[in-house]
Amino acid sequence: MVVQNVVWAVSIILMAAVVGVFVWVADGASRHVVDHAPLTAAAYRLRPWLFLILALAMVGANWRTLIELPYRAVASARVLAAPVQRVQVVGEQWDWRITPNQVKAGTPVAFHVTSRDVNHGFAIYDPSLRIVAETQAMPGFDNVLRYTFEQPGIYQVMCLEYCGLLHHVMRATITVVPR
Amino acid sequence: MSANAGRADRAGVRDGETAARAVELAYIAVVAIVLLLMMLFGLTMRAAQAQYLDVQPRLFYVLLTMHGAGMVGIAGVAGAVVMWHFVRRHVPVNTTVFLANLVLFLIGAVLILGSGFIGGFAGAWTFLYPLPAHSNGIWSANAAAAYMLGLLVIGVGFLLLHLDVLHGIWRTYGSLANGLGLKQAIGLKPEKTGPPPAVPAATMASIVNVLGIVIGAVVLILSLVNLYVPSFTMSALVAKNLIYFFGHVFINATIYMAVIAVYEILPLYAHHPWKTNRIFYLAWVASTVMVLIVYPHHLLMDFAMPPWALVVGQIISYLSGLPVLLVTAFGALTVVHRSGLRWDTPSGLCFLGVLGWAAGVIPAIADGTIVVNSVMHNTQWVPGHFHTYLLLGTVAMFLGYMTWTAKEVPHETIGTEPAAFWLYVGGGIIFVVAFLAAGSASVPRRYAVHLAPWLTYDRIGSLGALLVVLGVGIMVVQFLVRVPALARLPMTAVAQPLPEAAAE
Repeated sequence: MVVQNVVWAVSIILMAAVVGVFVWVADGASRHVVDHAPLTAAAYRLRPWLFLILALAMVGANWRTLIELPYRAVASARVLAAPVQRVQVVGEQWDWRITPNQVKAGTPVAFHVTSRDVNHGFAIYDPSLRIVAETQAMPGFDNVLRYTFEQPGIYQVMCLEYCGLLHHVMRATITVVPR
Repeated sequence: MSANAGRADRAGVRDGETAARAVELAYIAVVAIVLLLMMLFGLTMRAAQAQYLDVQPRLFYVLLTMHGAGMVGIAGVAGAVVMWHFVRRHVPVNTTVFLANLVLFLIGAVLILGSGFIGGFAGAWTFLYPLPAHSNGIWSANAAAAYMLGLLVIGVGFLLLHLDVLHGIWRTYGSLANGLGLKQAIGLKPEKTGPPPAVPAATMASIVNVLGIVIGAVVLILSLVNLYVPSFTMSALVAKNLIYFFGHVFINATIYMAVIAVYEILPLYAHHPWKTNRIFYLAWVASTVMVLIVYPHHLLMDFAMPPWALVVGQIISYLSGLPVLLVTAFGALTVVHRSGLRWDTPSGLCFLGVLGWAAGVIPAIADGTIVVNSVMHNTQWVPGHFHTYLLLGTVAMFLGYMTWTAKEVPHETIGTEPAAFWLYVGGGIIFVVAFLAAGSASVPRRYAVHLAPWLTYDRIGSLGALLVVLGVGIMVVQFLVRVPALARLPMTAVAQPLPEAAAE
């Protein structure tokens, strides 16, 4: 399941639903009801139910999405104990130094990401140009991004935090070899 | 009171009203012109990404910086004129302070434009520390300083304006809590005794903006010192927190100010007032708190942040949607539903503004979800969601107010208004959907040059941007040609309830 596809589909459907409600109300606005009070009262009786539905949806979404976070500080002992391939990443206007830049599929990689000058965004794109993971590269900080490549191939790294004139050419590659 | 004294008082009030109206018209004209100019910058960038125009990266990133700073600033000015116009019906506010804000904005705008187009400053509107001091020889420290001084000058103007509004609210309602309707929100007073809708919105926007601007000033001053004393440094993470707190609060306050136009104008068309009840006041109290603590959702990819702060950022992002959807959007739908309302451009724009805000909340919440942000942060999903609630939200609300003001003058070009409205709406939808689609395809934001697979999104987005510029351009020209006539109108005529709307 590609996260971006799910987010796109859910967002567009929900946005279309909002648009649909507004269009329906706008279309019927010209039909005048002499006594608007009962209509308003009925609408406001509906609101607690809408609140309940939205609240339940929000609790569900947060429950589902907060289980697995990308931050090392909240990683389980099992995850932390697992063997990893360590990769050092240093961003500097306008280049990445990635050491080593070849890793094995199937084994977690711990990217230690930092910057020597300004903020950069370390984003890993799969061979189909879809982002699979990212973190910020910040001067003075060592951000640890854990990711397990499932498929071998040439992955691109792009900068996703604006960093000056050649921001758009700040790229590198990571080669993922079969396990 | 003698007859002479009465006449003198009336003359004084008339002069005051005339001055206020003149400043309001100046505000609207400035917003209209700057808005259009910044939209042209935006269109140029999209056309460059689409490879329709040859724009060198150096100019592209200057345009990016000017567009960002200009749009955020002018959205603030747009919100300010809407807020000021309606809140002064309920509380005393100072026209000189209002004018000072506009003058300071223009001074700041000149500094910012000079920093970009003369000095080459292109550090993005967020001036993320330490980028302003690390241009790699592209711009000078003086250019970066001019940009930051420009922001500071603009901030001083807004600070004065918000303090004056808060002062007026305090004098009228006894406290800012009363202005927010806190007692009505928690059931200590009957809801019918609460302030009218414009007042809690103005109170909330002014409280949060004072705090946001002060924090923004702190980080701007520290960054300025760093420009000239490189040995003076600060933590990049602390600076990021300060900048995003300021930026988030300021841009959100523009919506909270502009929505007052919806609260005030739509009911005039729908023939019944906006219902203020306990939930309404509760929503504004909650929004005041939430807008101040939600900003960590901009830092979800800063793994050095305490995880609890990022989890709070996600949860509050979701909760922030409730007041928008269940109070303002629901309220607008209820006011309009079967009201006998006759749609025209101002009412349509106000209604659209709420729709844009409500719809934009959805992709924004998605982006505020940590696992989603892990693969969509700083892609075009981000301009996709914020253009939905700014271009089709805040800007629509402002345009609703502008066209409502302009309707006082009879004109021959009224036939073009629906065309302008639909160009703007259609173009706006194409524009934001192209951004969202590109974001879901991992297209990065803020890239001067795009790869071949991304060009389709850029070309569709450029078409949308062009339609928006055409639609807004027509509305702006129609307003500007009426400014002289509006300035000559009797003082009570401008921006009063429309005769046809007031009649039941």
